Amino acid sequence: MNILAVDTSGEACSAALLIGTELRQRLAREPRRHGELVLTMMDGLLAEAGIGLTRLDALAFGRGPGSFTGVRIATSVVQGAAYGAELPVVPVSTLAALAQGYFRSNGSSRVLAAFDARMGELYWGSYLLGDGDLMRAAGAEEVASPEAVALPAGGSWSGVGGGWATYGEVLRGRLGSRLLAVTPDTLCESRDVAVLAAAELAQGHWVTAEQARPLYLRERVTSSG
Amino acid sequence: MRVLGIETSCDETGVGVFDGDRGLLAHAVYSQVEIHAEYGGVVPELASRDHVRKTLPLIRQVLREVGLPKESIDGVAFTAGPGLIGALLVGAAVGRALAWAWGVPAIGIHHMEGHLLAPMLETPAPTFPFVALLVSGGHTQLLEAAAIGRYRLLGESLDDAAGEAFDKTAKILGLPYPGGPALARLAEHGDPQRYRFPRPMTDRPGLDFSFSGLKTFTLNTLQRETARTHDPARTRADIARAFEEAVVDTLVIKCRRALRQCANRRLVVAGGVGANRRLRARLDAMAAQEDAEVFYPRPEFCTDNGAMIAYAGWQRLRAGQAEPLAFKPRSRWPMEELPPV
Repeated sequence: MNILAVDTSGEACSAALLIGTELRQRLAREPRRHGELVLTMMDGLLAEAGIGLTRLDALAFGRGPGSFTGVRIATSVVQGAAYGAELPVVPVSTLAALAQGYFRSNGSSRVLAAFDARMGELYWGSYLLGDGDLMRAAGAEEVASPEAVALPAGGSWSGVGGGWATYGEVLRGRLGSRLLAVTPDTLCESRDVAVLAAAELAQGHWVTAEQARPLYLRERVTSSG
Repeated sequence: MRVLGIETSCDETGVGVFDGDRGLLAHAVYSQVEIHAEYGGVVPELASRDHVRKTLPLIRQVLREVGLPKESIDGVAFTAGPGLIGALLVGAAVGRALAWAWGVPAIGIHHMEGHLLAPMLETPAPTFPFVALLVSGGHTQLLEAAAIGRYRLLGESLDDAAGEAFDKTAKILGLPYPGGPALARLAEHGDPQRYRFPRPMTDRPGLDFSFSGLKTFTLNTLQRETARTHDPARTRADIARAFEEAVVDTLVIKCRRALRQCANRRLVVAGGVGANRRLRARLDAMAAQEDAEVFYPRPEFCTDNGAMIAYAGWQRLRAGQAEPLAFKPRSRWPMEELPPV
């Protein structure tokens, strides 16, 4: 399966090309330059592999949660490219991709993924290792205060992502000895978006370019609304 | 050459297709006005969120209307500034990626250049050089345009844009959002003789504007007159008329001055306020006295639209200009920085 994936939801901008089982990625940790980098990365990966967009089976993107603007950049780029090349699109949770990345690098099978959502809240999700070495959601993704996020029922867990840097103390207090390790500086990467997208696509889960939308989680964006 | 244009700089999603031989083939605008109405102004995050929902469906709709395969599009133009940065990013990302997927060149267009060139979609079209009044909710500028990309700023508003003054004054008068057009409708019923508002900065040389004092003047007049009137509706209409007369008069005085200063006989008027009927009538009268011609876009192209971006994009793309894969819209962007064609 051939998939080109992008993620611009956080500090890093990355693009990854999956061809069969071979995965290449470009990543730059340059906030506020995602628009300047993302298409160049995508184009570079295809050129390096010597294939065109039409050889792909799908485009995938980190659909959030994350920076509103960042998530929209990936969504819009993928909308434009998928419409232009008539490709299916696979939206992937950035929290799931973060958990998948932590499994890739540490082998952890129980991950609590958290991004800082500002305003005293975090984006939060629990992930368990499932079939095919893929991380699966153990509950719903949510935006909530560290005091209110839903903790998993049992077992020992690893905390991953920027949310743990900001709200680590409260979360540690709530999890106590069920917390094995905390790694706040792990980023969502497009190579993990690609891996999760390949599994989704194999199941027939995809959307059209026009149906590709961000998932913000936070819907209240005005003081009165 | 056939160019697709995409506009997402504020609260309207616009898409158009311009063909060098056949002119404008199709265009469509989706306005977010209802989304922002309850907040009394544009909420940038809501604007960006809506552009993500609307841009691609609008592109599909316009291409269907054009009735040609998408392979027949030779280039993509998108608004790259000035405007709301989050909103601009959506159109830039969709447009740049689409051009990449199609394997055609792309170009980022200055929103105000789009407005400036919009009258060229009409017949007869103005020819260079001309003087331009760009007057909208975000801008009030007088420019001398020698050619595409060769613009010299003659004067601009030092505070509120004319359209912004219309909207804020409408709010003072209790009119619903967006207030500018509602104020103009109310002014239709007003007596132009009852109140006289100042014509800011017309008593000194120069081509700059200042409109923020007029809304204070409106507020003071409204408070004073409301206390003594038996017909508050009549008073509000008369005040609306006096305000509109003051803005229109000021714009006309400065346009006359600009034409004389540049020794030019062509005036191009663009931007949302350019649709104001009283402004058009007064500019036409002034132009007749000056032996000059005035060029306006049709009213639907005074407000934000994709047709003007497609046209400006066609002008630049056919001259061989294009952008790399990097897109970097700008919230601020002086027109004088634009490259000539």
